Amino acid sequence: MSAQFLQFLLAGLTVGAIYALVALGFSIIYNASHVINFAQGEFVMVGGMCTVWLGNAGWPLPAAIAAAVLLAALLGLALERFAVEPARGASVVTLIIITIGASILLRGLATLVWDKKLHPLKPFSGEAPIQIGGATLLPQSLWVLGVTLVVVLLLSWFFGRTLLGKALLATSHNRLAAQLVGISVRRVLLVAFGLSAALGAVAGILIAPITFTSWDVGVMLGLKGFAAAVLGGMGSGPGAVVGGLALGIIEAMGAGYLSSAYKDALAFVIILAVLFFMPSGLLGQRSADRV
Amino acid sequence: MKHRAWFAAALLAAATAVQAQAPIRIGTFLSVTGPAAFLGDPEQKTLELYVEKLNAAGGVLGRQLQLVAYDSAGDAEKARTFAKRLIEQDKVDLIVGGSTTGETMAVAPLIEQAGMPFISLAGAVVIVEPVKKWVFKTPHSDRQACERIFVDMKARGTTKIALISGAGGFDKSMRAQCMQVAKNHGIEIAADESYGAGDTDMTAQLSKIKNTLGVQAVLNCGFGQGPAIVTKNYRQLSIGAPLYQSHGVASKQYIQLAGGAAEGVRLPAAALLVAETLPDSDPQKKVVLAYKRDYESRYKSDVSTFGGHAYDGLMIAVEALKKAGSTDKARVRDAIESVRGFMGTAGVFNYSPTDHVGLDVSGFRMLEIRKGDWTLAR
Repeated sequence: MSAQFLQFLLAGLTVGAIYALVALGFSIIYNASHVINFAQGEFVMVGGMCTVWLGNAGWPLPAAIAAAVLLAALLGLALERFAVEPARGASVVTLIIITIGASILLRGLATLVWDKKLHPLKPFSGEAPIQIGGATLLPQSLWVLGVTLVVVLLLSWFFGRTLLGKALLATSHNRLAAQLVGISVRRVLLVAFGLSAALGAVAGILIAPITFTSWDVGVMLGLKGFAAAVLGGMGSGPGAVVGGLALGIIEAMGAGYLSSAYKDALAFVIILAVLFFMPSGLLGQRSADRV
Repeated sequence: MKHRAWFAAALLAAATAVQAQAPIRIGTFLSVTGPAAFLGDPEQKTLELYVEKLNAAGGVLGRQLQLVAYDSAGDAEKARTFAKRLIEQDKVDLIVGGSTTGETMAVAPLIEQAGMPFISLAGAVVIVEPVKKWVFKTPHSDRQACERIFVDMKARGTTKIALISGAGGFDKSMRAQCMQVAKNHGIEIAADESYGAGDTDMTAQLSKIKNTLGVQAVLNCGFGQGPAIVTKNYRQLSIGAPLYQSHGVASKQYIQLAGGAAEGVRLPAAALLVAETLPDSDPQKKVVLAYKRDYESRYKSDVSTFGGHAYDGLMIAVEALKKAGSTDKARVRDAIESVRGFMGTAGVFNYSPTDHVGLDVSGFRMLEIRKGDWTLAR
């Protein structure tokens, strides 16, 4: 019994780490601009598809990965510069709809530039499963967990110790005050989008060897990452990580012990439950409005 | 008066001449993209290739064939829309299509209402049971796959198995069929798991199967992305029992996606996949080898049984057109139903008013995947 529990736990942690990376992307952009970027899932897709494409064209894997992350970051910058910035003064709902439109555009471009087939990506260090206490773990899962940990540490260093990171945080707390002390909000937004896109791409590349990639993987992953961000508290970095891991584990346990057919539904039931009972999420700040 | 008569005669001659040149329109809706792409893509390629070849050889009934094709992307709603368009706007003479069971079943009521001869390329037995007047199909049905697999299992002494299936129409249908016929072969189903359509991780379900005592083999009912991931997870969990798949994975794309994990997987499939290794005395060899060579030399990619189903469907349709001598839908339908002894890539077809599948299990071979290629199972 416990070997089975461990198996579910490991599966949940692996996919939870991916959700955490996607949720971080949501949180960073939300922090900087109060926009929920529903094109986040598409950055995940671009990361995986671009790596496969370059890999098939003969590029060595590290170069393909670097190029894919860079391409995703550029797309994030382009999204901010050409879609979000011109609509700066519009309401949040308008901006969200703009990002939904961008996600549809990116999916369409993906089918034109690449194709609609499923693509496998070679695992980074082989497929031989590792036995741990009766459960098995793929080496790729170790990559997922390891890289996610490194990314989270890098981000906490970035936000806590660098001027640019602190500027991002300042903008999220109070935009006007940040502008008054000389922070270029425009630059902050560009960095936020670019960074989130890169995070999404990394997530897509890490998971592609396990789950295949195709033009529409972004839809589900984006929505689940959003669910994770809501669960952990939209806008909270640690919340995104906790929410992602929690969602992954809940899904795996649900599939294992309840019914495997309703796995996807769990993420959306969680969104509903959080919004009903705990709108600011697990670690989010209670928002208060001055009347 | 004389001018009028000449004029009328000329007009009539012109009209019949135009009518004689009007192409025979064959409609199709296939899942060329989407989760069933490795079914629909070779199907479309096959139809295009053979329509071209038939036209180059003079067409059928002295008329050229025209293929009207739509991509339904595995979506039953889209399939319905396109089928409606084929029937009402494009006014095709018959339809050869419907890559998946879900799409075919969604379209069937339209077909019956419109009285359009329809040859489906999908698998589930529910398509032809109860027999629908206008709907035929060319692949082996899922019940035949279950029977073929159970025969193989019984011969190896397997009595207790686990099932794992997806959420699609074919998956559910095959699961139901297998559960129904299992006892006829003395096989007990000890575990029954399922996964969702877009699921990317089946380790939870397989883990439960692994922990079920006495399971000697596992049968995965499904096609497309699901079985590829099940196969990968299966090897990851180091489950020693043999894994059986359905004929829904009879494409090199499955081997490409599952990678090394596909080694040793068994499945029932048409002899088409092992055409070269068939003995010369095998009655199927000529047809399957010819199709394989045509397809591979034209498209430079490996043949799959799905393309074979499309070939069978088109050739049966052409045979029926010739037999009926016209494109009158009722006569074509009757002609299809009276096809006997037709050798296709899947086997010999013998349609009848009570049998719209036409195949028996003799054309179904048990294959095993070795070193990334198909071989006849020992």
